[in-house]
Amino acid sequence: MYEFTYHRPTSLADAAAMLGRSEEAKLLGGGQTLLPTLKQRLARPSDLIDLGQIAELKGIREEGGGLMIGAFTRHAEVAHSDLVRRVIPSLADLAEGIGDRQVRNMGTLGGSICNADPSADYPSAVVALKATVKTDRREIAGDDFFTGMFETALEPGEIVTSVTFQKPDKAAYAKFRNPASRYAIVGVFVARFGSEVRVAVTGAGPSVFRATDMETALAGNISPDALNGIKVAADGLNADIHASAEYRAHLVTVMAKRAVVACG
Amino acid sequence: MPCTVSMTVNGKAVSREVEERTLLVTFLRDHLGMTGTHVGCDTSQCGACVVHVDGRSVKSCTILAAQANGASITTIEGLAAADGTLHPMQAAFREHHGLQCGFCTPGMVMSAIDLVKDNPTPTEQDVREGLEGNICRCTGYHNIVKAVLAGAEAMQGGSVKAAAE
Repeated sequence: MYEFTYHRPTSLADAAAMLGRSEEAKLLGGGQTLLPTLKQRLARPSDLIDLGQIAELKGIREEGGGLMIGAFTRHAEVAHSDLVRRVIPSLADLAEGIGDRQVRNMGTLGGSICNADPSADYPSAVVALKATVKTDRREIAGDDFFTGMFETALEPGEIVTSVTFQKPDKAAYAKFRNPASRYAIVGVFVARFGSEVRVAVTGAGPSVFRATDMETALAGNISPDALNGIKVAADGLNADIHASAEYRAHLVTVMAKRAVVACG
Repeated sequence: MPCTVSMTVNGKAVSREVEERTLLVTFLRDHLGMTGTHVGCDTSQCGACVVHVDGRSVKSCTILAAQANGASITTIEGLAAADGTLHPMQAAFREHHGLQCGFCTPGMVMSAIDLVKDNPTPTEQDVREGLEGNICRCTGYHNIVKAVLAGAEAMQGGSVKAAAE
């Protein structure tokens, strides 16, 4: 790691002020991506601003029938929360499947979505569960938050404070995971809100996206058979040593069907 | 720039001036001289460096010492009783020979104890899934799983039963 100056603010206002002081400052959530990045010297921030002591960024509560989860809430807390398990069990399942136990004990919701890794799990829930991302200056619709590979709608110096997920009638997340990293090679989050069905796909493309053909097919008939013959195009999907674009396109339909089955 | 980091390690208050980029595992091994916590892959995959931070298992190669400032840390050195009596999980690893070369063992034991805390009566499948973050380069998983199952039972109050074979 290159050297940096470490800060540990105890209020959001202090964190924002510190972040505003340097263009090269970075926020530190659980650090499960950022620290490995720094260890490989792939980034050289001047300052690390640890958000771990800011009470305003923590906690899970019911809000408007859904769930408000603070940005500095760790994956393990979401996975083990009785409240999440009761209101949106699919979200607890998703959190339980991130990384491994030790990563879940450190990694945070805010860190995951701000990093916007194309293979991360949480982006699919943010989009499928019609979430609202709150920052220290505005609210951003989940559909508008992820703008590209490792890119979000956040402006320089903006801090995500919480994410509010809407409660679906039924929902499930199905992931074909990389067996070593447990990142999603393809993950599909299916959520039904009344007659509306949302299908959010992570891992397959540069950024999470909605499979709108599948949503239309499922809206009238939420059954795996409704997805027969519906495939996303392989063009523009990710291809790497783990899976080709064509294989990922195939997996999207398979995982979508599994998620629909799991919706019950 | 150096910073002062203070925490409780195995019940003892410690404080050192370290570089801000110091990892917790480096703090433990190089600054405190506690080498029971191992560095395996150094890329947060293998789990040889697992310690407990405020009761939760974490990979100490992927947390700054500064992030653990004020926290209570338990390492493998802190498990046995003062008289040397092994923690039930350590005793189970010995009894069931849950190791080959032993390099992954400290992390395996620390992860196993955390896993049993959440799930006091794990099945074999629970143990295999719960140890996903720990890799045994010798591939000696079979006895590790047996040891964790026995250790879990012993942590419920029983003693470690002798291995059947």
